[in-house]
Amino acid sequence: MSVGQQPPQIDSPEIRRLAPVIEPGHTYGTVTDKISAIVLTRPASLGWFAGFTLAFCVVMMLTIALAWLITKGVGIWGINIPIGWGFAIVNFVWWIGIGHAGTLISAILFLLNQKWRTSINRFAEAMTLFAVACAGIFPLIHTGRPWMAYYMFPYPSTMGLWPQFRSPLIWDVFAVSTYGTVSLLFWFVGLIPDLATLRDRAVTKPKQIIYGMLALGWRGSARHWHRYQSAYLLLAGLATPLVLSVHTVVSFDFAIAIVPGWHTTIFPPYFVAGAIYSGFAMVLTIAIPLRKAYDLEDFITMRHLENMAMVMLATGLIVAYGYLFEFFMARYSGNKFDMFLVDQRLHGPYRYFYFALILCNILTPQLLWFQKIRTNVVALFIMSLVVNVGMWLERFVIVVISLTRDFMPSAWGRYSATFWDYATFAGTIGLFVMLLFLFVRVLPAISIAEMRELVAETSEEHP
Amino acid sequence: MIEHRSHLYGVVGEFASEHQLLHAAEQTRGAGYRRIEAYAPFPVEGLSEALGLKRNKVPLITLIGGLTGGLGGFFFQYWVNVIAYPLNIGGRSLNSWPAFIPVTFELTVLGAALSAVFGMLALNGLPQPYHPLFNVQRFAKHATSDCFFLCIEARDKKFHLAEASRFLQALGASHITEVRDD
Repeated sequence: MSVGQQPPQIDSPEIRRLAPVIEPGHTYGTVTDKISAIVLTRPASLGWFAGFTLAFCVVMMLTIALAWLITKGVGIWGINIPIGWGFAIVNFVWWIGIGHAGTLISAILFLLNQKWRTSINRFAEAMTLFAVACAGIFPLIHTGRPWMAYYMFPYPSTMGLWPQFRSPLIWDVFAVSTYGTVSLLFWFVGLIPDLATLRDRAVTKPKQIIYGMLALGWRGSARHWHRYQSAYLLLAGLATPLVLSVHTVVSFDFAIAIVPGWHTTIFPPYFVAGAIYSGFAMVLTIAIPLRKAYDLEDFITMRHLENMAMVMLATGLIVAYGYLFEFFMARYSGNKFDMFLVDQRLHGPYRYFYFALILCNILTPQLLWFQKIRTNVVALFIMSLVVNVGMWLERFVIVVISLTRDFMPSAWGRYSATFWDYATFAGTIGLFVMLLFLFVRVLPAISIAEMRELVAETSEEHP
Repeated sequence: MIEHRSHLYGVVGEFASEHQLLHAAEQTRGAGYRRIEAYAPFPVEGLSEALGLKRNKVPLITLIGGLTGGLGGFFFQYWVNVIAYPLNIGGRSLNSWPAFIPVTFELTVLGAALSAVFGMLALNGLPQPYHPLFNVQRFAKHATSDCFFLCIEARDKKFHLAEASRFLQALGASHITEVRDD
């Protein structure tokens, strides 16, 4: 797009239909130059250093929190009996959910042949990996003895001990580790051609060697592309049911138990929808500053932001349906414990969390019905933060209210998080942000090869 | 001079667009050359057909990997929870197969995904850090960004250096270069 050219008028439906997924005027050379320059030639800005330093300090807080935890044990947290699952599980579910949007964008939208996924899939996949890494920390440290975590994997031990495969917690181990592995493979396979581009464009020896090793000697041969495309399509096909299964299995951690408010069949679909909801919110949270900071408005266009906002609205409505049906089923079942739990959500000691959850997850996102909001970058950014908070509150409400109010009043309790709970949670956010900062500097944040393909396709449509 | 000792890999020509490459690949194959390879910075639609590539084996390898993962996963759980370490939980049957499905599913996907990726890499002969084409400067600089290349390899029965070069030139290739393995 040349300087001074008018941006397309967004409010006309006819023009909006044609709103481009890539601004016109780009060639194979310009997309390659523009994206690879962020990694190879553009010096790190002051803003990058400031952001990275801040995130790095928060990661140091995480290491202190973890070191103190390992020294003293889980007693430094707010967990107690009956609330054995505190922040650790809330944060685990929240992070895993955020990861889901990355896989959805890279796999499901790929299978559906949605061209607009191209410029956002790479960093969304990176986001998935980093979110899974943050999520993985929590169950590990929640075991209390993280150095014994290998007990959860089936291995021939001298004790003759094997895991209990009927337990949802073991399903979780397999689901999350498979998810992490497949996401990494998918991401890496997508990166191979771009790593070759970086290898060929790098001017310094260390960069040539490092990118050269990572590129595995890729040279763009037609035979290679032929098999590459098969493998990529198959990976997309495999990742699609996988991503749906992961949050289903996470919801089984709750739904298989008989605790009121957890033991419902609506949990798997409503967890998956919630995961995609929070994930898209996080993609927006990252995409909006990223396109601004690295002048990527040509590639991450208004169309992308608006589409993501619409996915958020749709999944948000599914989540709202889930909340509604929790209430309905509690009433309809006539089960007094379920009905009491509903009452506790509205009138119990944690009611403000519930009200805040409804405000963040159900009421505020209704603004996305208005196109003015969907095409307003600042409003979308704020909305994405609100939804992230809302989805965290949802998991807090599910975990804490049910555990503090189960069958016997003598077993009721209260939960409040301690400084170390907050420090660990904030620390993982710092880790996530730090990894993202590193990622945009060392790897192409947008798939260059796929952008070239997009240039080829759009030039055929408008010759 | 060491030139006489170096081994000739083939001759490569450069094309400006994917359409020219596609056309050139069709013509080259039509002229009877068989050991040819096209290089593009992104997957070009129709290029596999133009080069006469058959269906590849990645899907089959993926299927085998998925079946191995799934069946292996299920029977491993059966062996663990029924034979090696039976646990009586409320008198439920030891082979409680519905409870084994989630892990079976995950291992199916894991087996299939690992075999898809490593199968693809193995069939492609990657990682391969060195290739004679990397000696061609234009290729090393542009093959992964904005240019398209067609290489007629020396092991082709019909290959003759001067003829192949002339043939590429007639197709509109620029920067026609000998590829040497030195």
